[in-house]
Amino acid sequence: MLSYVIQRLFESLLVLFVMSFVIYALIGLMPGDPIDLMIQADPNLTPADQQRLKALYGLDRPLVERYWNWLQGALQGDFGYSRLYSRPVPEVIWPRLANTVLLLGLSLLLALLIALPAGVAAATRPGSLLDGAVNLTAFAGISVPPFWLAILLIILFAVTLGWFPAGGMGESDAGIVEQARHLALPVLALTLSRIGGIIRYVRASMMEALRQDYVRTARAKGLSRRRVLISHALRNAMIPVVTILALDMGMLFSGALITETIFGWLGMGKTIFDAIMGNDYNLALMGLLFATVLTLAANLLADLAYAWLDPRIAYR
Amino acid sequence: MSGTAPARLSAEASRAIGPSGSPLRLLWRRFLRHRLALTSLAVLIVLAAAALAAPLVEAWTPLNATKVDLMARSAPPSWAHPLGTDELGRDLLLRLLYGGRVSLAVGISAALMAAVIGTVIGLAAGYFGGTLDSILMRITDGVIALPLLPLLIVLAAVDFTKLGLPAALMEGPQGSLYRIVFLVALVGWNTVARLVRGATLSMKAREFVTAAHALGAGNTRVMLVHLLPNVASPIIVATTLSVGNIILLESVLSFLGLGIQPPMASWGNMLTNAQELIYSAPMLAVWPGLLIFVTVMAFNFLGDGLQDALDPRAGEGHQVR
Repeated sequence: MLSYVIQRLFESLLVLFVMSFVIYALIGLMPGDPIDLMIQADPNLTPADQQRLKALYGLDRPLVERYWNWLQGALQGDFGYSRLYSRPVPEVIWPRLANTVLLLGLSLLLALLIALPAGVAAATRPGSLLDGAVNLTAFAGISVPPFWLAILLIILFAVTLGWFPAGGMGESDAGIVEQARHLALPVLALTLSRIGGIIRYVRASMMEALRQDYVRTARAKGLSRRRVLISHALRNAMIPVVTILALDMGMLFSGALITETIFGWLGMGKTIFDAIMGNDYNLALMGLLFATVLTLAANLLADLAYAWLDPRIAYR
Repeated sequence: MSGTAPARLSAEASRAIGPSGSPLRLLWRRFLRHRLALTSLAVLIVLAAAALAAPLVEAWTPLNATKVDLMARSAPPSWAHPLGTDELGRDLLLRLLYGGRVSLAVGISAALMAAVIGTVIGLAAGYFGGTLDSILMRITDGVIALPLLPLLIVLAAVDFTKLGLPAALMEGPQGSLYRIVFLVALVGWNTVARLVRGATLSMKAREFVTAAHALGAGNTRVMLVHLLPNVASPIIVATTLSVGNIILLESVLSFLGLGIQPPMASWGNMLTNAQELIYSAPMLAVWPGLLIFVTVMAFNFLGDGLQDALDPRAGEGHQVR
């Protein structure tokens, strides 16, 4: 098991290293560069100054050399300054990472609270009216454009009913109730956009578990239907579900980017989007790397949890 | 021919021989049983026909997709404008039809492109195995694990002229269309690749592959002539399902201003301005989203129905009929 852990850890670090180079190169391909932006801001700068500044900051060097310099700095904790916020990048990212974790965590929890009973109920009565309704809901959930769903929620709950604000974070001194009101619609939007997929996983996994011999044995032993469902079938059905949820971290994060951008929720997704749109190269680079680390870590945990929970899985 | 087929001929092999009547008819019958998939197919045909007819509608009726009428901005439905007008006074119905052309074209062409990439990678990985297989499958898993939307946003913002690509290709009126098809295909091939690899692994051990080798067929011939037709069903199902996902992805990118560029209409970019007008003209935000929703749902039901019809576990694979 230990060698498997080390091997997977090493692989994840390798992927992270490759992705850091890919992302660095892509950011370099975005229109303009930091010096162009300085030139635009200051009409007194001449093309000669431009060349001098580029040489000073090493922007005239080849890509690999620039990347190597950046990597050395980054490994020593130097992530550069954010152009949009005029602060060191980590200072910008930390509070926003917390906002995203709050949004993602609450949405995932809420989605599970709805999807688990729905998926289990559908799986135990395949072909019934309930199963059909759950299935239809799940299909609708995976087919609905997430940003449109968010707009519909704003039209219904903010414009028509006026229950919740249409966006923003709320004043920081407004108290927890006011902040919770601002959180309500983003959480609901993200939950609804992910729920269809989770219901389908739960249903499929539960149906598979109910077909197993041990379930038939448990029933034959005379255990109650409820007990067989919960402690025999569901426990085993949860293994693939948890794994797929962790593997879906990238999707969840993509959903968070859309939700945060529409509702003006200051999380990582909105930060990355604003940084790319505003040519804030350092912030965009670190934001993307953070998102990559987050999804890779979730994947790694999923793999390890899977290997740990299901002894039949052979470690490669 | 069903009764005369030799018993030792497996169903896969008989399908590989060619489209003999009965297996196909069987598939069709099983597909017909799937009412939702059938309805979806009908809905998609109607949508595609309406989208294709957009220029005809524009020519034969007084409706005009590009004429800006600042006196009639966000107008309610009327005889002159059946669904009203958008924030610049353009006819909403006609713009929805033109947007449908773009969304369907992007969805289908990017899905086909992704299917080709995925099939090549999956066939190669499954057939050759070994190191090539592990490298290709690591890349496939790696792409699945990444936060795709943020990366796509960077890719959409990338200035390809810095790579030396001709500016004319990227900046013409069709530039944003080509770019989005290419980008989405670039990240959308991995499901097909995995499925094809899995199917290839199980197929290459069959007798008919050994027989083909014994008859002197080369690797390319075995892969294209003998394996490809037998892994077609997962490709068809995954591609149908991915059309829906790609339309969703295109609409998200266009909504964020990074996909299809105005004045070309797409269902996604029609929603960009609608968000700011939800207080005054909420219906502008409803129609394009509803069409995306219905289209994506139809492709998902269709893929599901095809899966049920083609799924060998449904029993057909083990019997010779």
